[in-house]
Amino acid sequence: MGDPMRIRAQAKDDKTTVRVLMAHEMESGQRKDSSGKLIPAWHITDVTATLNGKPVFACEWGPAVSKNPFLQFTIKGGKAGDKVAVTWKDTKGDTRTDEATVS
Amino acid sequence: MQTRRETLRQGALAAGVLTAGSLLSQPALAFNKAAFDSKQMADALKGLGVTSPLAESKDVTLTAPDIAENGAVVPMTVATSLPNVKEMLLMVEKNPSPLVAMFKVGPEVEANFATRSKMGQSSDVYAIAVTTDGKALYAKKEVKVTLGGCGG
Repeated sequence: MGDPMRIRAQAKDDKTTVRVLMAHEMESGQRKDSSGKLIPAWHITDVTATLNGKPVFACEWGPAVSKNPFLQFTIKGGKAGDKVAVTWKDTKGDTRTDEATVS
Repeated sequence: MQTRRETLRQGALAAGVLTAGSLLSQPALAFNKAAFDSKQMADALKGLGVTSPLAESKDVTLTAPDIAENGAVVPMTVATSLPNVKEMLLMVEKNPSPLVAMFKVGPEVEANFATRSKMGQSSDVYAIAVTTDGKALYAKKEVKVTLGGCGG
């Protein structure tokens, strides 16, 4: 279980723009530690989002997404008061879901 | 500098680690590991089931800086106005694995996504829109990475 995500969702003109900041190391598998051993890859692979419980967004990530990833996407529809939930899964099988209210 | 032998050994090691990881920890994930591990853009596209040749398109847009001072955090936006797009891909050609992210476009979400990517060196960056009939249309932009971090 990682640290909480920061999610901001704003509705405007029948669209909801969602901005998410996740807390994750996103280790690429390319770096080496001080003893010269390769640090194994550890990164988020799947991110999904729901609007009021209905799946609306999905993406897959490789290790090249930056540390503490930022993500922005736009949902068609949605209004103030709706609930947006974002879930990620990483290569260790860890997962986290956080919810925000559309403003 | 690395010798060729060292590079090969590390490559083999990395492959072993990755294989073990995928077998142990995530058998049920939909994550397309083969495509994300591909070392060449063509292989990555093949892994995603895109077989048609790439075509440049004005309807696909990629927003990225001309010069990235910090290769660890390069903001990128991919978008398209094309209909019938099922996936948007973000690729950095000269990264160890070019495929950075794959966004699924559905009826509820607009084909406009932003994230931040790592870049190992100056490279062409591609935004690729894959349509439902398997066509791949792209926009590309060269992004220079300043290693010294002094904003050259």
